[in-house]
Amino acid sequence: MKEINVSRLIPVVRKLCIDANYYAGPDVVEKIKFFMDKEESPTARDILALMLENHKMAAEEQMPMCQDTGVAVVFVELGQDVHLVGGDFNTAINEGVRQGYQDGYLRKSMVDDPVIERKNTRDNTPALIYTEIVPGDSLKITVAPKGGGAENMSEVRMMKAADGIEGVKDFVVDRIKRSGGNPCPPVVVGVGIGGSFEQCALLAKKALLRPLTEKHPDPKWAAVEDEILERINKLGIGPQGLGGRTTALAVQILYKPCHIASMPVAVNVNCHAHRHESAVIE
Amino acid sequence: MANEIKLHTPLTSEMLEKLQVGDKVLLSGTIYTARDAAHKRLVELLEAGKELPFNPVGAVIYYVGPAPARPGKAIGSAGPTTSYRMDSFAPALMNAGLKAMIGKGPRGQSVVDSMVKNKAVYLAAVGGAAVVSAQAVQTAKIIAYEDLGAEAIRELRVVDFPVFVANDIKGNDIFKIGVEKYRR
Repeated sequence: MKEINVSRLIPVVRKLCIDANYYAGPDVVEKIKFFMDKEESPTARDILALMLENHKMAAEEQMPMCQDTGVAVVFVELGQDVHLVGGDFNTAINEGVRQGYQDGYLRKSMVDDPVIERKNTRDNTPALIYTEIVPGDSLKITVAPKGGGAENMSEVRMMKAADGIEGVKDFVVDRIKRSGGNPCPPVVVGVGIGGSFEQCALLAKKALLRPLTEKHPDPKWAAVEDEILERINKLGIGPQGLGGRTTALAVQILYKPCHIASMPVAVNVNCHAHRHESAVIE
Repeated sequence: MANEIKLHTPLTSEMLEKLQVGDKVLLSGTIYTARDAAHKRLVELLEAGKELPFNPVGAVIYYVGPAPARPGKAIGSAGPTTSYRMDSFAPALMNAGLKAMIGKGPRGQSVVDSMVKNKAVYLAAVGGAAVVSAQAVQTAKIIAYEDLGAEAIRELRVVDFPVFVANDIKGNDIFKIGVEKYRR
């Protein structure tokens, strides 16, 4: 059993919030460059170049890449041999988020309640915290700030087994087609399949965390991802929806077993900023 | 297509007549920020026959909720938010004299129709290129609804703010034309 004081989480979460917003992932930069070389539309090429320029300026100026610095989605993989001491775990994570959004000049975008009052909480809390118990004696934290524009284009559909893999592909492509320029394309498409209504949605979000340069470990599913991506990039939506061949940078699938009567499918759309940063506490 | 045109606020119908979808515009002058919550309040004022916090005639609204400014900076990152959420409010503002909206993503048909009727345009800024957009902002001042935080109405002085004409006054829509051109 290893003791970790929860106060150690605060500066780690603070830094992850800031870094995820200031620095573009190398995989994102690589993918944008890859598609820019193939892009047919001059306007689309200009826009992709502007996105790369924006990445550089954000790092230099120490400013967030996008003004929508998102809801703080926090994934924790907690080793089962860790004993957390020194206070409340969720409170510590929220304190890290509060400090990161304050000290990093990040926008506070959370409102409470969500319908009637919609009052800004002024510190971007509460974070959305998903904790999983895993083997080991360390703690891995991933902060994935999620913007509203892309999240709004996401969807869960309770499909039938008879819809098959073609039904899944059609649903994902159609979801992106209906999103048009709204989610800040080129997007990254997270797809969660199986489990249940709520689990497929979480799988779709977790699918976004795989590096864009990595293929699905199962060749059969890698082929499905490639086919969906190719179909999406034939839609013509392009960067920002102004027309072009670069509508998505990647399609990434995670699946779990499900009930014999069900085939839940979720599409979680991410914008081209595609932010996430991780750290391990030992 | 794809001319580069400089415009200065306040805008007039005559200035907008020459714009075509796809043109790049470098916009200078005064523009006002407003998102969902501020739009609701603006339209409530119009419906009550009251004055807006700014003169809407010839005005430009930028759909943005900027990030906080670092000390010594005019503004934090300031890229566009998705525009369709303002669709139900936009025609009333155009009827009051609004000449341009800046945002990202396509508009509904009622907004496109209102642009034709009122000779107004919709300009697309590049979503996510928020540091680049912020460079064009010289000064920023909250003029209304400070309680809304990032959603307060700010008066921005901009120089050569880069945007694309997404909808012109003839009813053309780049989100339709552009997509059709590159669909396979």
